[in-house]
Amino acid sequence: MPRDTLTGSRIRERRSIAGLRQADLARQVGISASYLNLIEHNRRRIGGKLLVDIAQVLEVEPSMLTEGAEAALIATLRESAADAGVVLAETDRADEFAGRFPGWAEVQAWSHRRIASLERTVETLSDRLTHDPHLAGSLHEVLSTAAAIRSTASILAETGELEPEWRDRFHRNLNVDSLRLAESSKALVRYLDESENSDDPRGVPQEEAETFFAAHDHHFAEIEAGGADLDRIVREAPELTSIAARQVARVELGIYASDAKAMPLQPFMAAVAESGIAPVKLARQFKADLPAVFRRLAFMAEQALGAEVGLVVCDASGSILFRKPVAGFALPRHGESCPLWPLFTALNRPLVPIRRRVSQLGRTAAQFDCFAVAWPEQMPEFEQDPVYRSIMMILPLAEVDQDGSDVQPVGSSCRVCPRHSCGARREPSILSDGM
Amino acid sequence: MSRRVLLIEDEPNIVEAIRFLLVRDGWQVEAHSDGADAVEVVVAAKPDLVILDVMLPGKSGMDVLRDLRDIDETKGLPVLMLTARGQSRDRDMAEKAGVSRFMTKPFSNAEVLTAVRDLHAQATRS
Repeated sequence: MPRDTLTGSRIRERRSIAGLRQADLARQVGISASYLNLIEHNRRRIGGKLLVDIAQVLEVEPSMLTEGAEAALIATLRESAADAGVVLAETDRADEFAGRFPGWAEVQAWSHRRIASLERTVETLSDRLTHDPHLAGSLHEVLSTAAAIRSTASILAETGELEPEWRDRFHRNLNVDSLRLAESSKALVRYLDESENSDDPRGVPQEEAETFFAAHDHHFAEIEAGGADLDRIVREAPELTSIAARQVARVELGIYASDAKAMPLQPFMAAVAESGIAPVKLARQFKADLPAVFRRLAFMAEQALGAEVGLVVCDASGSILFRKPVAGFALPRHGESCPLWPLFTALNRPLVPIRRRVSQLGRTAAQFDCFAVAWPEQMPEFEQDPVYRSIMMILPLAEVDQDGSDVQPVGSSCRVCPRHSCGARREPSILSDGM
Repeated sequence: MSRRVLLIEDEPNIVEAIRFLLVRDGWQVEAHSDGADAVEVVVAAKPDLVILDVMLPGKSGMDVLRDLRDIDETKGLPVLMLTARGQSRDRDMAEKAGVSRFMTKPFSNAEVLTAVRDLHAQATRS
């Protein structure tokens, strides 16, 4: 959905924050309350002087109303405040900050993501020290030799009258140990260099893979044409810097190629043009399963499809394996998503397609049509429990359900969700009531 | 009667340096380099104090320490643990296993000497 179609929702949100009644705002800008009501429910377009007047009354920049701020950006800012533990940070005004200073907000969000990534690297390196026997052994060798040299050198330096026999013995030890230290240090540096050059997994492979897909707008014309060298595409991708990320991306590209083969671009687009985004119908027509159809729709060029399609895939532990964000629907970067997402509902009912109209709490009134299904990742085997994955396709809805009774409220993650009484809550929210 | 230290360390030159240091300080020093039978050696030697390396062949020093704390004769024995890893996680693990003092390599001779004297004095007092 184009972002400016949500201008009305943003006006309503800002009006609520300002504590103004609809009639008050309407009067101040010289329009009727009923007309403002239509605007606020995105049923009338707004621009020009009226937009400027409303923005002036609401004390925000007009661009904040027309463009808003990305939900993901705002969620990141709120997480950033929570992680910093700054009690007085104006977390309830994160959207205002993002709207008024989008550049600085991006800088802050980038810093937060960078810190999270570096923390992950530290954790990985720490784990590596624990679980990499070669590295642990090499370090032990270096430090033990250093300890021997230090002790021996101290004895030679600090012991006043040392018997010649002992002195010669310690000199010999020192010589042997210094040679050993030189060798073991070189071996350690060589090992670390090789690890560095071989791109040992140090970051978050999924993030690199997502960046790679985003850089291609989630669409690969070369693969659509058939016969593409997937290994080469992955090998030459500057976004994929680690072996682990290349492996993740290669698997995803293989799935993409398989989906493209099962549902070739032209017939698929023709079918969508005829039936719209109707996953079950498309699945039947192409004899494909629903997850493949969801992926295919999400990986179509947005301009060709005429709609923005988000996608999120998780495993049975709830860990997010792949994300294609969609404007207005915040997808936390590192797990801990809202358990109310249909994605997770589907995990409890494998192979049963779930469709829910949802809205994310604390955000604009934007609503989304979510389609989810969980499926066994491998062929079933006797005496072996199936391993399920779940996939959710997210479609922004142009028409907002005003009644809201059929709309399931969900969050992004507990920390930035304002619904304090939610039964699925894992931890307290950093937001105040009513936001 | 001289005070006795059992040094369980597989690095011969560290053993030599510490042995020299402690002998000069009036200690009787025995050394052992394998973790596999270290518990039996401690029980048999009945030292006043044990200096124990973490990374040993056969069995880790951490496991040796846990076993020593499970045996009545060695439950209260002062153990100075030497390790090449000073991470808080390792320190916590050693403390949970019942270490008396934890020292990170490379250490200074003075540190070792002070730790050994202190631990023995504490054990004697109690």
